[in-house]
Amino acid sequence: MIAIIDYDAGNIKSVEKALHFLGQKSVITRDTDVILGAEGVILPGVGAFGDAMGKLRAYGLDEVIRGYVDSGRPFLGICLGLQLLFESSEESPGVEGLRILKGRIVRIPAAQGLKVPHIGWNDLHFPVRGRLFDGIGSDAPYVYFVHSYYLQAEDEGIVTATTEYGVQIHASVEKGNVFACQFHPEKSADVGMKILRNFVSLCGC
Amino acid sequence: MHTKRVIPCLDIKDGRVVKGIKFLNLRDAGNAADVAAAYSEAGADEVVFLDITASSDNRATQLEWVRQVADRLFIPFTVGGGIRTVEDFKVILREGADKVSVNSAAIMNPRLVADAADKFGSQCVVVAIDAKSRKGGGWNVFKNGGRVDVGLDAVEWAREAERLGAGEILLTSMDGDGTKDGYDLELTKAVSDAVDIPVIASGGAGRLEDFYEALALAGADAVLAASLFHYKELEIWQVKEFLRERGISVRLE
Repeated sequence: MIAIIDYDAGNIKSVEKALHFLGQKSVITRDTDVILGAEGVILPGVGAFGDAMGKLRAYGLDEVIRGYVDSGRPFLGICLGLQLLFESSEESPGVEGLRILKGRIVRIPAAQGLKVPHIGWNDLHFPVRGRLFDGIGSDAPYVYFVHSYYLQAEDEGIVTATTEYGVQIHASVEKGNVFACQFHPEKSADVGMKILRNFVSLCGC
Repeated sequence: MHTKRVIPCLDIKDGRVVKGIKFLNLRDAGNAADVAAAYSEAGADEVVFLDITASSDNRATQLEWVRQVADRLFIPFTVGGGIRTVEDFKVILREGADKVSVNSAAIMNPRLVADAADKFGSQCVVVAIDAKSRKGGGWNVFKNGGRVDVGLDAVEWAREAERLGAGEILLTSMDGDGTKDGYDLELTKAVSDAVDIPVIASGGAGRLEDFYEALALAGADAVLAASLFHYKELEIWQVKEFLRERGISVRLE
């Protein structure tokens, strides 16, 4: 069973539907026992960093997530769920993130011909081969992004995928049992389904 | 590299795909989820659905097809037609749509755009503009499916929509719609130049060159077509290969 964390963030059903399509059982929940007992946990979400941290704290989910990550079982953050794992975001100055990983979230700089938010399909490059990308060709697979802020990881060694949008964006990270994607695998057609299937395999479901 | 998007549009009535020429002669063309999934297979980057009966039909029927589409379609999709309130946004997004497009309601009540953007984020708020050239130059905005001239300048309205918090403009040329004479490049360029958010060009696509021109010459971020793809006069992958050969970055598997 994979637990999808429910903290009132938008569009979390898409993740559930994608898992269902892959034949994987999942539950959208904020129940501590269900999350701590899951074989895999996904933190999805679109929205603002500060609001989201406020919700996670209000529901006590920040501690539950830390507890789950300590268990060593696989954890996947998607989009805002990636950003929340880090220390801070320019979107919400003064708000602390979950601080499970080191790095900050900064605004995508306005550049000639590039609109912010970064919406649409962009290709991935793999500085190292992360386990989420097993079986995915290195010939620039395209995935779907929707975001205005992006990750600058402190330790580039955890970055498993990057993309270019005026700046180099850290699009995916892997550290031990913690995985995260800035893009939306659940909206990235076949490539995205492969990524989710890889995560499901890592969970041993 | 960031890619330009090719988007098929489907008209929906009672949860079924219909395609009419200029709102007449509606023909049943299948189940929404089936058709959308086929478009995804064919290389569509997104799908836009316009529910042409939404204003009169009951909501439960409407949601059922949105849910079915979300169960099967793993690329982004937009639902428009008959959306009036923030609550309408909420229920459609909750069923799995990624974006909601508003047209007449945004004109009547611009606050709807601002409220929806505040609550759900700009990324899911699409303002659809139906524009028609007016005597002496420029374009006017029409509402109610292109029946009523609002007396508003299309470029001004696009700017205002961006200011209110729209994340994208779906710009349809009523002069071009259904003609296959090409997108209105002048209109598309005027709006693309006026706003910093993505503009989807719509109305008039007929030849491969039309797609290229809207993206390369008029500054559109995405190109939308309905009947051309629907009647398989052109395939989506064909359009994308043509664009790639001409140096436009597109997603081709």
